[in-house]
Amino acid sequence: MQILQLKDTVAFMSYRKVALLLSIVLMLASVFSLATNKLNFGLDFTGGTLIEVGFEQTADLNKIRAIMETNGFDDAVVKFYGSSRDVVIRLATREGVKAEMLGNQVLDILQSGTGDKIDMRRIEFVGASVGDELAEQGGLAMLTALICILVYVAFRFEWRFALGSVIALFHDVLLTLGLFSVLQLEFDLTVLAAILAVIGYSLNDTIVVSDRIRENFRKIRVGGPEEVINISLTQTLSRTVITSITTLLVLAALFFQGGALIHGFATALLLGVFVGTYSSVYVASSIALALGISKEDLIPEVIEKEGADQEEMTP
Amino acid sequence: MLNKYPLWKSLMVLFIVAIGAIYASPNLYPEDPAVQLSGLRGVETTAATLDTVKSHLDENNISYANIAMEKGQVLARFKNTEEQLKARDLLDDIMGEEYSVALNLTPATPSWLASIGGTPMKLGLDLSGGVSFLMEVNMQEAIVKVQKSLVDDFRTGLRGEKIRYRSVKNTNDSINVQFRNAEDLEKAETFLSKQNRDLLFVSNEGNLTLSASMTEQKLKETREYALQQNITIIRNRVNELGVAEPLVQRQGKKHIVIELPGVQDTAKAKEILSATATIEFRLVDTEGDLGAALNGRVPGSSQLLKERNGQPVLLKKRVMLTGDHIVDAGSSFDEYSRPQVNITLDSAGGNKMSSNTKSNIGKPMATVFIEFKPTDRVDSEGNTIFEKVEEVISVATIQARLGKTFRITGAGSQAEAHNLALLLRAGALVAPIQIVEERTVGPTLGAENVQLGFQAIMLGFGLVFLFMLVYYRAFGIVANLALGANLVMIIGVMSMMPGGAALTLPGMAGIVLTVGMAVDANVLIFERIREEIREGKSIQQSIHQGYDAAFSTIIDANITTLIAALILFAVGTGPIKGFAITLSIGILTSMFTAVVGTRTVVNAVWGGKRLDKLSI
Repeated sequence: MQILQLKDTVAFMSYRKVALLLSIVLMLASVFSLATNKLNFGLDFTGGTLIEVGFEQTADLNKIRAIMETNGFDDAVVKFYGSSRDVVIRLATREGVKAEMLGNQVLDILQSGTGDKIDMRRIEFVGASVGDELAEQGGLAMLTALICILVYVAFRFEWRFALGSVIALFHDVLLTLGLFSVLQLEFDLTVLAAILAVIGYSLNDTIVVSDRIRENFRKIRVGGPEEVINISLTQTLSRTVITSITTLLVLAALFFQGGALIHGFATALLLGVFVGTYSSVYVASSIALALGISKEDLIPEVIEKEGADQEEMTP
Repeated sequence: MLNKYPLWKSLMVLFIVAIGAIYASPNLYPEDPAVQLSGLRGVETTAATLDTVKSHLDENNISYANIAMEKGQVLARFKNTEEQLKARDLLDDIMGEEYSVALNLTPATPSWLASIGGTPMKLGLDLSGGVSFLMEVNMQEAIVKVQKSLVDDFRTGLRGEKIRYRSVKNTNDSINVQFRNAEDLEKAETFLSKQNRDLLFVSNEGNLTLSASMTEQKLKETREYALQQNITIIRNRVNELGVAEPLVQRQGKKHIVIELPGVQDTAKAKEILSATATIEFRLVDTEGDLGAALNGRVPGSSQLLKERNGQPVLLKKRVMLTGDHIVDAGSSFDEYSRPQVNITLDSAGGNKMSSNTKSNIGKPMATVFIEFKPTDRVDSEGNTIFEKVEEVISVATIQARLGKTFRITGAGSQAEAHNLALLLRAGALVAPIQIVEERTVGPTLGAENVQLGFQAIMLGFGLVFLFMLVYYRAFGIVANLALGANLVMIIGVMSMMPGGAALTLPGMAGIVLTVGMAVDANVLIFERIREEIREGKSIQQSIHQGYDAAFSTIIDANITTLIAALILFAVGTGPIKGFAITLSIGILTSMFTAVVGTRTVVNAVWGGKRLDKLSI
């Protein structure tokens, strides 16, 4: 079976100005949204207390809110979680109260207030300082990842590719964060993990394309850099599409089957894989091209195993 | 010949996959309900304990599957949970004073598998249910305490050298000594800097002060010590909670992670974790009549306490020294290779000890461990009532006038000496700790997460399986074989990893993601083979070229993903670490199965034959 049967080279790079414009607009929109809407940080980052309880029948949120209010928790955010029988209650960090005792206290209030049988599913308490540290560490982790990758790709390929792929990664991370901000999806630790996985995935894509570009620069004697890049992108296109499909398939499985706890994770990766696929085609390659990648940059490094079949393959 | 592997290479691949499968197999066996007994505070579990447990169970007609010693604990397995619960209650009643009795689910791994180290994967708290705490050590307090003891040291030291000073004070980050004249200042600086090589001294001739601050090294050591001490104490207390397989681990520079699987009553756990303990040295009342005391006639100046083994001891009420003077305690061996406990006191403690032991040489001295344990009762304000529990942990004869450092010999076995040292250190907690994060997962949610994770893996796996089969036909089957082998190997490696590597819900997501991404290597290879065929190469040439050309790409692509995963591992905690672990393992195993594994199968099926068409 074959999804894409491409006879001719697709002139990807001729659309690069349009793509560039699109990327810039989306990135600016993300920055704008992150600045105004901010991210809807989860408990991991903000600190506070979260209680998830399970009811035997559909829970009455208004009643729960009223119970919380009469007991002095006016700031309680009460929401369904996953199903209409699961409810999460989130409380901000409060001063003077032993926060780690809050969870059990709320559980007691609900138990006596509703008179229903309540199943404690999860209580989480995060101190404010921990959240701050985590946000700092998370940011640092992303930065370290980008730098390590920059160094590795520069070492294995060429600085233009390295810069191109890192900008592509930055682009992917920013757009994913932007989408989380626009949609006001909760940003917790698992989402942070997903974004680091997006970095891994998107890079995977970019490397495959860059690898082919390098190979073709050595193999194809005619045509300028733009044409070589177009040929490489066309050759790798069906692999790019198929891998995206398999990854999206498993992510869909996670999204629909993984349960509420893993929802944010799956969402971030779904978005990230879309953006990552696009960026490996357009962002990384067109930046390498814009930086003036040429045959000469890649020729000196001769890899022997490719020398053997060079003549056969030259068109 | 092209595309033929020598036999040994194929066998090697098969062997590696088989090893993975063997170590993954313990996960297929169900778990037995069990009760585990481990000694509390220095009590050792021995074969005798085993027999006691057996006889208690037999007497009460509780049937068990088997009882054995495992890793220094007595483990009794039962056929059903009913018997298990009965046994727990019984054993806790009879032996609960000296042993921690905990419910456990023990894997029913066959003995041949267990003997080669086969164990099932550990489940993270989000899957098993339970509570995890993140505790923060108050480092500021630890440093202040050390400074305070230095102030005492300075005072005694200067007095001993007859150097006159006006005052010794500790400020935020240094200790300032004020003198009356420059001569004393100079003498003091020479003396103190010789005594305290880990301090930095700066003298100010103008206002006649000498200020000492801790070196970076000393500060680091102080923090490290505070953290280690807290970990030791928490381990000790966690053991009392009667939790099977608790985890106490440092995290970063000032945090401690505590994971208690299966615990639901977090209030109780928190109280025990934050209970306070102290140590007292007291003289044994050798004149008092022990027999009379046992009958209720305890002399007014004495108190009747019990030793570990239940032996009663009559102690003087007067306290010779309290534990907050203990700076350090450790175990080692004396000149006859007998275990001993070395104790270091601060200088004030040294002086007290010295004057208190001077007139008591030859008399026995007892070490009393005092703990404030929470009870089930509450006072009128709803606060838990703490019960003071005193226990004699050692009785030793004073051989000489004791000073700042002394040792206790005759503590029994090396393990006992080690335990005594731990307890002595527990007496003086250098830095208070605070709960900064707490996560409790109920048992229903845990079980649900396992189910959801499992379903997601199966669904994701199935979808990719189907897609590859339709898209690549015969080669799709090969890729699917590799995918299956990969899944088995991830589970095998996860099961092999000692400690730390628990399977979490994000970890399961990591497995799902790996399944999706692992086929990428095969897609790369297969697409390349198709390309080569289209260019008109022979089938065998195409297969060879396909694998060769895709190889370096696969390596590069995987290494960069591995970099991201490793960074995540370094930064993440708990569940996130679980994700990083499965992702990293998945990347490594998938490179093996997708490249070497598929090549072996492809070579065996298609290699070296004259082919006109390929089912790809």
